[in-house]
Amino acid sequence: MNLKISALDYIQEVKTGNISAEDFVAKTIERIQSVDDKLHAFLSVNDDAVDQSRLIDKKIKSGEKVGDCFGMPISVKDNMCIKDSKTTCASKMLENFIAPYDATVISKLKQQDAIFVGKVNMDEFAMGLTTEFSAYGPSKNPWNVECVPGGSSGGSAVSVSAFECVASLGSDTGGSVRNPASFCSTVGYKPTYGLISRYGLISYANSIEQIGPLTRTVKDTAFMLNLIAGIDPNDNTTIDNKNEDYLSGIESGIEGKKIGIIKEMIGEGIDPAVLSATKDAIVKLEGLGATCEEISLDMVKYSVAAYYTITATEAGSNLARYDNIRYGYDFPLESYEFNSYISKARRKFGPEVTRRMIIGGFVPSAGHAGKYFLKAQKVKSKLTKEVNDAFKKFDFLISPTVPILPFKLGEKIDDPVSLFLVDINTVTANLTGKPAISIPFANSNGLPIGIQLMADSMHDKSLLQAAYALEQTVSLPEVPI
Amino acid sequence: MTMIGLEIHCQLTNLNSKLFCSCKANYREFEINENICPVCMGLPGSLPRLNQEAVKKATIIAMALNCTTPEKIAFFRKNYFYPDSPKNFQITQLNIYGDTSVGGTGSVMIGDKKIRITRIQLEEDPGRLIYEGSSSKNQITLVDYNRAGTPLVEIVTEPDFETPKEVRDFLNILSDILANLGVADPSLEGAMRADANVSIKGGKKVEIKNIGSFHDLEKAVHFEITRQESLHSRDIEIIQETRHWDDRRKITVSSRSKEEDLDYRYFLEGDIPWVHIDSDIQKKLQTEMPESISSKKERYISKYNIPTQVSDVLSSDKYYSDLFEEAHTESNAKEVANIITTELMGLVDTREKREASKLTSTHLRDLADAIQSGKVSRNSSKNALHEILKSGKDLSAVITELDLGNVSDESELSGIIIQVISEETQAVEQTKSNPQTINYLVGKVMQKTKGKADPVLTLDILKKQIGI
Repeated sequence: MNLKISALDYIQEVKTGNISAEDFVAKTIERIQSVDDKLHAFLSVNDDAVDQSRLIDKKIKSGEKVGDCFGMPISVKDNMCIKDSKTTCASKMLENFIAPYDATVISKLKQQDAIFVGKVNMDEFAMGLTTEFSAYGPSKNPWNVECVPGGSSGGSAVSVSAFECVASLGSDTGGSVRNPASFCSTVGYKPTYGLISRYGLISYANSIEQIGPLTRTVKDTAFMLNLIAGIDPNDNTTIDNKNEDYLSGIESGIEGKKIGIIKEMIGEGIDPAVLSATKDAIVKLEGLGATCEEISLDMVKYSVAAYYTITATEAGSNLARYDNIRYGYDFPLESYEFNSYISKARRKFGPEVTRRMIIGGFVPSAGHAGKYFLKAQKVKSKLTKEVNDAFKKFDFLISPTVPILPFKLGEKIDDPVSLFLVDINTVTANLTGKPAISIPFANSNGLPIGIQLMADSMHDKSLLQAAYALEQTVSLPEVPI
Repeated sequence: MTMIGLEIHCQLTNLNSKLFCSCKANYREFEINENICPVCMGLPGSLPRLNQEAVKKATIIAMALNCTTPEKIAFFRKNYFYPDSPKNFQITQLNIYGDTSVGGTGSVMIGDKKIRITRIQLEEDPGRLIYEGSSSKNQITLVDYNRAGTPLVEIVTEPDFETPKEVRDFLNILSDILANLGVADPSLEGAMRADANVSIKGGKKVEIKNIGSFHDLEKAVHFEITRQESLHSRDIEIIQETRHWDDRRKITVSSRSKEEDLDYRYFLEGDIPWVHIDSDIQKKLQTEMPESISSKKERYISKYNIPTQVSDVLSSDKYYSDLFEEAHTESNAKEVANIITTELMGLVDTREKREASKLTSTHLRDLADAIQSGKVSRNSSKNALHEILKSGKDLSAVITELDLGNVSDESELSGIIIQVISEETQAVEQTKSNPQTINYLVGKVMQKTKGKADPVLTLDILKKQIGI
């Protein structure tokens, strides 16, 4: 059984009867059991997965209508609600939280007969970019288990790259899908803000984050978007995509397209291997008929500061509900005055979440908002204007997804500021609401390098066409696990 | 000078669902924590889904209170920890970056006095705390989230009131307006609540919270003015503070918590995009708005010649004016108004009595017609109304059952009149010389018929029989 096949190939194989969903899912579970001790991608595994896949095979055999996924095994970041299953956000605060409802993306995929093989690891409440801030221990990079897999959707990227599933759902607040995709050599997609419903995604910074797929190929991402994108009455921020088919015309190529190279994202602090890969990508794109030119986005230098100010503010508010009154963990409610109760009940947040809560209490507070939060908002709107202007001239913007290579576990955990700066190339898409994709592009001494393409809002389809074109120029080694 | 300002919270009780989910706005009929869902419980991952109907209703209120209505409104988060708040922030409105709440400045007249409205905002009600246990040592706090997320309109006034009486008059006018708009039933328990701020000359502003009813609001304001004046007369400084109304002792008590120091860290609610209420929508809402109380009153006076005071009473109470509108015809309007204001008001003066009443507009119309045609005397109509309220039976059935119909059968009446004439010979003679005194004989006939004799017919027959 070849677990390495893409989603589209899987569907083809099952449709033609070459493989059964049950065999594939069973083998996938076996794979998880054999490699996840080393990788720790999964926080929980769905015990019913094989039984569920058997039902799908039955449907196929009896000629019943089968959903588009044909039992495809998918992993889900543990900040999305699946009814009756644990949703922990990799936090001790939600250690025992069993979601009583399905996130919109989950119900859509259930309708299409996807099988959720398990919930995957992440930085606690999606705050981090290494998955080291999981309260249940870090995930490891399958390309080098001494390295971080990136984050916060680390478990998603690891599970896809180590063949523990065919595709995964992650969430991207400042690069949390694209960063681990880049570090683990998978495709990672952050759609236009509002393209995918966030209903059932546990909010971290709700005004900028999106759910996004992590897949083996760009086509698989387009396939996933077809299933999960679109307007949702349960999320007022979703936009009507008119049932766009992201797969059709994906091979259209990029001849005649104009691509801007973001100067601020290939400058100071960039790893030489990453820089040379980026240059290589530009050459390849030009070879496909695109024209590339440098562009300066002045506001990028303030983007990380603005990003952390805005996300901390929203997180401070979004995470306020975890007071252990309506749900939570075992904790005696009695005999506390309310304020002291609250401070005790919220002790189970980990260090990174606590750090951001403290910042989030401070930067928007009266007397400080003008200096921090409102300034960050100003950066956000100026950056958006700059990027909008850039898209008047260019079809796409290019940069490396992450300026550096995957680093060792523990290397940066005590240095939050240098860790924050790793986000420099990814936060712009979130602050401006634009779609962005990370494509596996190169490998430096066994460590993956991803290239990021960004497009204007609602140009998701053409972005996927460009990504597909670039993907076709790449040949990469196989993951050593 | 005494200055009083109000913050009035009014639930939009006539909406079907809560402000951000499909749970019922009418939470009152549910068992504890039965009217809840992932959204109004603030469960992880849930998102608010704005009730567009609530926005419309709030806009209508703003229009009725002569407020400016911006074409674009936004929602904000007010962050604070409290067990009745499922998300530990409240989704509300604010005007910090320009006018973004559903209503801007406006005004309401109390007689000749103008009360300025500062703003009107749409927000969610929190849950409800229930305290159990006899002493503070063993007291436990329970939370019922059925109310959480109920649509609430907050109306903030300028400190334009000078007396508790003005406050009460304003609240009466306001609740009449809200009821007339059909957006709320202010008589429902807890549907309207208010905080007040009070300051007297030379003193700081004191906020009073936790006032359960409008009745108590007037008392609280009165108490607070007296308290401040007594401090002032003894040269004690009046400090700026928040005081709570002690419902049991009917006094205001200084709050221990420093609520004025709370920092709510307001910022835009990103889960609800800006709502556009452009001029076309506003025009449509204007045309759909129910007729105002003052316009109704004018119409009653000019069209039906109903006295000003009766028109005033009739128009300001939606229950009565609805009954009137449905029951009256061109010919019986005055009689319907008369029945409502002289008879009915005394019988259905509470919410409970109104709910128990089986009276319909058809009953009222029939009754007015019956009085006008002489089928029922005004006197008997009271008894009929009582019975209808209780049983809801048709007027004709009630008349038969209680034998309320006028005696208008000529032969039957003649018999009675002949009897009276034979009994009252002296009075008959007197009448012959002084026809004015015939009323005494009419009265006797009425006595014998328990007031049911047709007065016109009685007079006719009497005159004929006596020969005048």
